[in-house]
Amino acid sequence: MLRYLLLVLMLATPGMAVEPDEILADPVMETRARDISKGLRCLVCRNENIDDSNAELARDLRLLVRERLVAGDTDQEVEDFVVDRYGEYVLLKPVFSLGNAMLWLAGPILLIIGAWISLVFIRRKNTVTGDTDALNPEEQAKLDALLQD
Amino acid sequence: MTAELGHYALILAFAISIPQIFIPMFGANKGWNDWMRFATPAAIAQFLLVGVAFAMLTVAFVTSDFSVRLVAANSHSAKPMLYKVTGVWANHEGSMLLWLTILTLFGATVAVWGGNLPPSLKARVLSVQSMIGAAFLGFILYTSNPFTRLAQPPIDGNGLNPLLQDPGLAFHPPFLYLGYVGLSMAFSFAVAALIEGKVDAAWARWVRPWTLAAWIFLTIGIGLGSWWAYYELGWGGWWFWDPVENASFIPWLMATALLHSAIVVEKRNALKSWTVLLAILAFSFSLIGTFIVRSGVITSVHAFANDPDRGVFILVILAVAIGGALTLYALRATQLKSTAVFGLVSRESGLVMNNLLLSVAAAVVFVGTIWPLVAEITTGAKVSVGAPFFNIAFTPFMVVLAMILPIAAMLPWKRSNLRRTIRPLWGIAALSVALGAAVWVMQTGGRMLAPVGLTLAFWVVVGSLADVAARVKLGKASLTESLRRAGNLPRADWGKMFAHTGFGLMIFGISAIMAWEFEDIRTVEIGQTFPLQAYEVRFEAVESIQGPNYTAERGVFALVKDGVEIVKLYPEKRNYPVQSMPTTEAAIDQSLLRDVYVVLGDRQSDGSWAVRSYVKPFTNWIWIGVFTLAFGGVLSITDRRYRVASTARKTSISAVPAE
Repeated sequence: MLRYLLLVLMLATPGMAVEPDEILADPVMETRARDISKGLRCLVCRNENIDDSNAELARDLRLLVRERLVAGDTDQEVEDFVVDRYGEYVLLKPVFSLGNAMLWLAGPILLIIGAWISLVFIRRKNTVTGDTDALNPEEQAKLDALLQD
Repeated sequence: MTAELGHYALILAFAISIPQIFIPMFGANKGWNDWMRFATPAAIAQFLLVGVAFAMLTVAFVTSDFSVRLVAANSHSAKPMLYKVTGVWANHEGSMLLWLTILTLFGATVAVWGGNLPPSLKARVLSVQSMIGAAFLGFILYTSNPFTRLAQPPIDGNGLNPLLQDPGLAFHPPFLYLGYVGLSMAFSFAVAALIEGKVDAAWARWVRPWTLAAWIFLTIGIGLGSWWAYYELGWGGWWFWDPVENASFIPWLMATALLHSAIVVEKRNALKSWTVLLAILAFSFSLIGTFIVRSGVITSVHAFANDPDRGVFILVILAVAIGGALTLYALRATQLKSTAVFGLVSRESGLVMNNLLLSVAAAVVFVGTIWPLVAEITTGAKVSVGAPFFNIAFTPFMVVLAMILPIAAMLPWKRSNLRRTIRPLWGIAALSVALGAAVWVMQTGGRMLAPVGLTLAFWVVVGSLADVAARVKLGKASLTESLRRAGNLPRADWGKMFAHTGFGLMIFGISAIMAWEFEDIRTVEIGQTFPLQAYEVRFEAVESIQGPNYTAERGVFALVKDGVEIVKLYPEKRNYPVQSMPTTEAAIDQSLLRDVYVVLGDRQSDGSWAVRSYVKPFTNWIWIGVFTLAFGGVLSITDRRYRVASTARKTSISAVPAE
């Protein structure tokens, strides 16, 4: 419930996102426009991209994106143009910057740390005859029982 | 009277929850049986009282008692009965009461069926469970009382958001909560075990069914929500990486990791302290999810329960529960020594990798979800983190998981030979890659998504089947012998096969829809026909219809293939006058191969209509995958050893079968 109640509020006026009259005649350029739109946030919505949004502002942004493409901008130039106007908040995929470094590096860093801990753990489990890991008689009996199974 | 009765029942439940915290815990420390036994009737009484409160609120909704503020704000006399009932939990106060009802239900099940638990463990588990119960009873009574009366009741209520008036969504919250809150059981067991200072195979056997139950419900709950979004929201999106979705997905990932690590505790008496930590974290993320959703902290603009009092209250609960449990863990975890020994190449190692990938993936989703908040607090920057980020940052973990799954699932326990284990899988691996290559050659666009996705899906599905085939010596022994072996295979092994197959099917459905979806947006006049990939769509009419509590414009479309009409499609644009809110109802022709999805848009000034239509290949396999996953869980939970474990715990752990 919780999740969709929230979702519902942002979609208060469902219906059409991209309207037929917005679509560019050149299919390649239109595909580019759609791809760019999927990465841009509808600023008055909750976590919705302008391609899916029905908000008036989203429509304006979609038209702006297409306008820039028709004017000959590259995808990156269009994105930069929108960011210049609306700030980094408009990007659904934050750029890799000093401020956002931890967001992007969290996964890789945790994976490396986790993998290292796992490896140490498994290697320790693997050294049966180490001094610290020597089995006491009770453990040995248990192990034997398990191995006989 | 009903509302007052409900309110009174809640106060009584609160009054019982406090002694249920202290008496059994103290009794368990002193070894006093009478004190420990207090937990059983208290937990049952607590559940019954909360149940009474929930029933009273339901009565108020069903009878449209608009003198109750909550009913007036969220219900309407003209609403169909189903949605009067589901309206109970389609609001903040009611959903918290449902949360609490399920929490006390889980406590009561331990009280009733936990007869074979060691008495001290049972007492401590119920004591911890009551701590959570008391916290949330306090939360409801002090900040979110659902039974508040209105001095001047309105003639009729405000109604329920029309988008929520849908069978798919009606049952989504109870399932989600059964999962979310069910993880409290794993948490209580973990904290109780830390207090006892003992975690063994018997403990793992006790925790596993509860975690499995929670996980099954969570799986189905998330699946239902996604399915609802697919057909209701009007463009067939099925996952948005919305903070509120992530709030349920993170506990799901943690619970999945927990299920796998608990196997190692049960079978091999290893990974104990990690498993306890996972149990604590899984429920902690459920609590954090509740906080995220209830406080509106992540989504300041449109949050629906944007009330700082409530947020602060939950934040305190959060800090005490998580902080307390982790402190206890830090103090006691070293006592949980493992005796098991295993090699670098072993099932144990495979499960460690599973846990590593799942928990880091969960962490990535968590960091992405709270990042906007972190960035704003630390640097003041306003940042958005949406689907494009998660697709890049999360997907690699699932890719690696899918790659290692069939191998790790077949590795024997303790120590094994990688080359020998892989031998039966080489053929499948080669076939998978060949399939991916064929897809790559055949498809027109150059994207790698479909070839890679299909390779992995085939590899996981067939690899999971091959595991069972190898276990029953299919093709190596006679058919009767194989059948006999299949009959003897424990349910848990079938569960494993189904769950892993479900994961593979999901990969298939997700890759297919992402890579091959076809979309068409145009204006169409009535009577016109337009092409849609291999089909033609004939727009026949628009008619006005009257629903129970809405009016609608209904489009009539004929789906035609090779000149033959396959089916009529009726997408609607509804208007609910009570809320003066429009919704779209997409018309979907479903099949296993593709969905044809048609949405009626606005009427244009020239009299034509905007129409959006899609061909979504293999979409239903996403949900078939989800339910196959859940079915695997159901098979696992009905495994004989949990029933055996509950009736005759004296049999020591004959865990590992001979290889």
